Amino acid sequence: MKPAPFAYLRPECLQDALEAYADHADDAKILAGGQSLIPLLSMRLAAPTMLIDINRLTELSYVHTDASGVRFGALTRHAQIEHDKRANRAQPLLRKALRSVAHPTIRNRGTTVGSIVHADAAAEMPAVLRLLEGSVTLRSHEGSREVGAEDLFVGPLETSLAAGEIATEIFMPALPAGAGVAFEEISRRRGDYALCGAAAIVQTDPGGAVTSVKTGYLSVSETPLVLDLSDAFDDGELSQTNLTGAGELASAAVQPETDIHATADYRRQLAGVLTKQVIEQAHNHASARTIGGSQ
Amino acid sequence: MTWKLVGENVTRVEDDRLLRGLGRYTDDLCPEALHVAMVRSPHAHARIVDIDIERVLDVDGVLAVYTYEDLPGPLAEPLPLLIPHPALTHGRTQYALAKDEVNYVGEAVAMVVAIDRYIAEDAAFRISVSYDPLPPVVGIDHARKAEHLVHDDVPGNVAARMEQSTGDAESAIAGAPHKLTLDLEIERSAATPLEGRATLAEWDTGSGRMRVWTSTQTSTGVRAAIAAKLQLDLANVDVITPDVGGGFGVKIMHPWPEDLLVPFVARALGKPVKFIEDRREHFISSAHERGQVQHVEVGFDDDGRILGLSVRFWHDNGAYTPYGIIVPIITSTQLLGPYKPGAYSVVFESLYTNTVVVTPYRGAGRPQGVYAMERTMDAIASYLGRDRTEVRAVNFIQPDELPYDHGLLFQDGRPLIYDSGDYPACLQKLKKLVGWDEFETFREQARSQGRRVGIGLACYVEGTGVGPYEGGHVQVETSGKVKVATGLTSQGQGHQTVFAQIVADELGVRFEDVEVTTGDTRRFPYAVGTFASRAAVMSGSAIAFAARAVRTKALRIAADALEASSDDLEIVDGIVRVKGTPDATIALGTVAVLSNPLRYAFDKASESATQFVVGDPDKPPVAEGDEPGLEGKGYYSPVRSTFASGMHAVIVETDPDTAEIKILRYCVVHDCGHVVNPLIVEGQIHGGVAQGVAGALYERMSYDEHGQLLNASFMDFLMPYVTEVPSKIEIDHLQTPSPLNPLGIKGAGEAGVIPSTAVFAAAIEDAEGIGITSMPISPSELFELRRRNTEASSPGRRAT
Amino acid sequence: MSDPTTADTDGETMHHVRLSVNGATYDIEVPARRLLSDAVRQDIGLTGTHVGCEHGVCGACTVLVDGVPMRSCLMFAVSAEGQEVTTVEGLGDADGSLGAVQQAFKDCHGLQCGFCTPGFLTTITACLRDNPDPTREEASEMVAGNLCRCTGYQNIVSAVLRAAELQGAGCATKPEHAAQEAQA
Repeated sequence: MKPAPFAYLRPECLQDALEAYADHADDAKILAGGQSLIPLLSMRLAAPTMLIDINRLTELSYVHTDASGVRFGALTRHAQIEHDKRANRAQPLLRKALRSVAHPTIRNRGTTVGSIVHADAAAEMPAVLRLLEGSVTLRSHEGSREVGAEDLFVGPLETSLAAGEIATEIFMPALPAGAGVAFEEISRRRGDYALCGAAAIVQTDPGGAVTSVKTGYLSVSETPLVLDLSDAFDDGELSQTNLTGAGELASAAVQPETDIHATADYRRQLAGVLTKQVIEQAHNHASARTIGGSQ
Repeated sequence: MTWKLVGENVTRVEDDRLLRGLGRYTDDLCPEALHVAMVRSPHAHARIVDIDIERVLDVDGVLAVYTYEDLPGPLAEPLPLLIPHPALTHGRTQYALAKDEVNYVGEAVAMVVAIDRYIAEDAAFRISVSYDPLPPVVGIDHARKAEHLVHDDVPGNVAARMEQSTGDAESAIAGAPHKLTLDLEIERSAATPLEGRATLAEWDTGSGRMRVWTSTQTSTGVRAAIAAKLQLDLANVDVITPDVGGGFGVKIMHPWPEDLLVPFVARALGKPVKFIEDRREHFISSAHERGQVQHVEVGFDDDGRILGLSVRFWHDNGAYTPYGIIVPIITSTQLLGPYKPGAYSVVFESLYTNTVVVTPYRGAGRPQGVYAMERTMDAIASYLGRDRTEVRAVNFIQPDELPYDHGLLFQDGRPLIYDSGDYPACLQKLKKLVGWDEFETFREQARSQGRRVGIGLACYVEGTGVGPYEGGHVQVETSGKVKVATGLTSQGQGHQTVFAQIVADELGVRFEDVEVTTGDTRRFPYAVGTFASRAAVMSGSAIAFAARAVRTKALRIAADALEASSDDLEIVDGIVRVKGTPDATIALGTVAVLSNPLRYAFDKASESATQFVVGDPDKPPVAEGDEPGLEGKGYYSPVRSTFASGMHAVIVETDPDTAEIKILRYCVVHDCGHVVNPLIVEGQIHGGVAQGVAGALYERMSYDEHGQLLNASFMDFLMPYVTEVPSKIEIDHLQTPSPLNPLGIKGAGEAGVIPSTAVFAAAIEDAEGIGITSMPISPSELFELRRRNTEASSPGRRAT
Repeated sequence: MSDPTTADTDGETMHHVRLSVNGATYDIEVPARRLLSDAVRQDIGLTGTHVGCEHGVCGACTVLVDGVPMRSCLMFAVSAEGQEVTTVEGLGDADGSLGAVQQAFKDCHGLQCGFCTPGFLTTITACLRDNPDPTREEASEMVAGNLCRCTGYQNIVSAVLRAAELQGAGCATKPEHAAQEAQA
């Protein structure tokens, strides 16, 4: 299990990286954390002729938080965001979800931007981006553009990145006042890809009534799936009846497949169970924030 | 004898080196060696049409490419069938490199030798092999149907059919007041040590000597295979087993194709060569185990006493039978556990499939046998509405019935006679440890909280320490240091520590003065290997005998020197002394000097053994029948195995919504006779239980219908992390010493894994109220089982 | 743009890489595809780091990169240029005795075959730096990304607590629960 040979470039600044990528867009891959890419190379399931290693682009290693949300760069490791207090005050879903990304040692090296543009619907952070309606900044040597999460994921392991484009930054909106979030997943072993995972964002009004419920899922669809389940809570109550209804909606809406670890129907069942759990948790979170002030 | 160290928690002498990163595993040796990469079949069943190596020869760094056509003499014959058996009527083994047909995905087809593994793999990827695919046979059902054959000349895919019985089970069942039938399944798993297979060979052209380092459980076996297949004199082959990163059975299988090909290439090229198996290769080319389908018929009385037991099972042996039918023989005999059915008959068929070969994996057929028996016990208890422990108790062999002869032949070709044990006492200990009688109260409490819990237990008896023999050599150097060698190998069991404990006690020397070498044919060329929980029993006993021989000789020489009777002497901390006379002492090192009459002196100590200093001028310096040196050899060859035993209980909680299975308690009562080192024995139990949990709840080999292994990685083969094993394994010991060996010990290495599949099936069944007849079980499978059960309430067993 | 290419043999382009491992500097010539695990083991000759799966799951190859645990099979040696790598060989005390984590593994029988052990030792060393006084549950968390086939992890978790106790002995933290747990 050794990678096939490849040419290697290690640019010192983003501009150089973009230019190199423009020249080799068809056959080069960007190496950031490499925690998904390198196993593929070692198993020779991928054999790009060139790797452009962006690990020297320290300008892309940051977590910037302001009132609008959290921005992090292409070289920001999962662990940096996970342990960034300001970022998680602004958007607590980040840490809640990041804690389920593989194991800590992988999170020390792997990058969140890299994980998102790998676009694996079984991964946590693409679903989080979709649920939070975040966006990604794409740069090429010709310029820059911003793509919303909705338009980023176009198929299994496939994004709308054009040839020569590098995802340099991701923006995750801050959690609005009165809202709460939660994340849960069920995997065979802790740290494995989830059999099913779910995240929720629940918005309440100042009176505590539920005004909006959205959920995001992993491992039950080809691309990260988001559902708006607000209708199930049209009376504004977080009742068991409404939760059950939401769970049923979710079970019906997901499109899981059977694999060696779980049947489609089992994943469907998990989607329903987790939907109820995360909505309830997110609601509790919203209530706690309202009482406690922030977090 | 005073037992000072045996029985103590001695920390391991192996550890210091390993903890500093100074261990020497095969791949750590000889960095300049050439590397081998194999081209492996991507098809489960195909004829090889053509192998095109043209595109490889010009790859920089590639030295040679081999296919079957390049193999000379015996190397071109099929690999050995290690353990022939009369019932194995259609034994088949593969070629070192496939000749004209491949029979599993992963079978070696060609071999590249290059300056490093990267380039070797580059070249291997460039070799193009054209195949003519044949229909694959995957799974036991498919094999039994025999619509297609794995080997053209093996009708029905049946490698072996074996039958054993004691009494007339059929009549006993027919005449029994109650009868039950069970159909059971258990899937494949594998040993998967963290270090895969590894072989390094160096050929000395000048001396015509082959030296091989290999990650094996039998260096003597590999040595004999290399000598035979490469047509070398045994005396010219050294096989050394350095540190081994775990074995668990898969490395007792030998010779793997690479064990022979690597030395062959080293000789051909005159350069050291190594093969370091990678993880993906390990999954598709190293052995698996466990897969069986079982049919049980049992007749019993109102108390649950088994009057007749008839078992038929079908064993998936994979594509070839290099290790014979040891695994199913063990299943068929060890199935009986601590019980004495009135009559027993068993028949199995060992079947070919187009999958990786099946050879022993820790437990070696016992987990399957215990599963069949314990599922039967639970079924009887359920049918009669009796407590599961009561049904077991009425069937136990009683302590006063031991030794107990089952009237069957065991895996070593010897009668299945249990030597010792106390099963009722073991059960009492387990019930107490787990709180069996209080469980219903706990269940009610849990139920009132909407929780679902269940308890299960399973009992086993394990034949350990099988023959034919092991040997040991103990030598006292003139420094007083003691060098010990035994031929079997170590894979982390702490042999160096345990054997040093035995020698320290037997000889009367300091533990830290004893140094043990295992698995080096240069040091001890007669050995069998490390399997069947035999190392402590076999080599431990042999080394004890060797130490006793040295002690006798030391006392004889010391008695002369001290002018005392040897009966009055004792050896304490390496000093021979006259009991009660503190001044009359002689160090063992000095005795070693005296044991070897010298012409030349090299230091102060050796002066005292030179010809003008010692010896009766009228007698030969070395007396007739004596030998120079303070050393001794011992062999231990028991008439039959010694039988360890134990019982496990587990309490599980199953999630009503997600069907996740959580382990609340895991309890073990274990009897391996005298415990040499409790720290190490408990470590073995911990590891075994973790592998048992793995086999029951996580690990399997997911073959698709084409014979492709879908989970050939640690991503998808779910070896548990710490988060998946019980946070605490509760252990109690029972010690019924074996009468068969000088130390009263029984094997402990495999025990932890043996009852796990059975015990989890029982506990999950208890929690769910649904018959569990197929293991391992995942949450998804439990979920589907619940659904099927709701749809049609048809439990997996039925009364007849 | 820096071009780390220095050598060009008949075959692959070779790169000059300066690696700092356990405080010593090594200059090696490797192709870009050389995994850090292989560079440490083969090019530098520190074979204490073991390779158990080469796809980042088992953790045997875990080393510290600038003090942070990372899988050396999931990094290329060229990427580690200029970073400080710590392997198991670098975990001993300056006086030559076993480091606290190593000693704890010995005390608690935390290893059997020893193959996975180096990855545990490096990981635990870093984790105890962040949390010097873990509960048993936290100790378990620390090792949750490493596979061991021999020990069933029981004594490894105990060893984490024992190591915390050994390390804490000098700075008077509260080792009571660790001591109890280590014996449990």
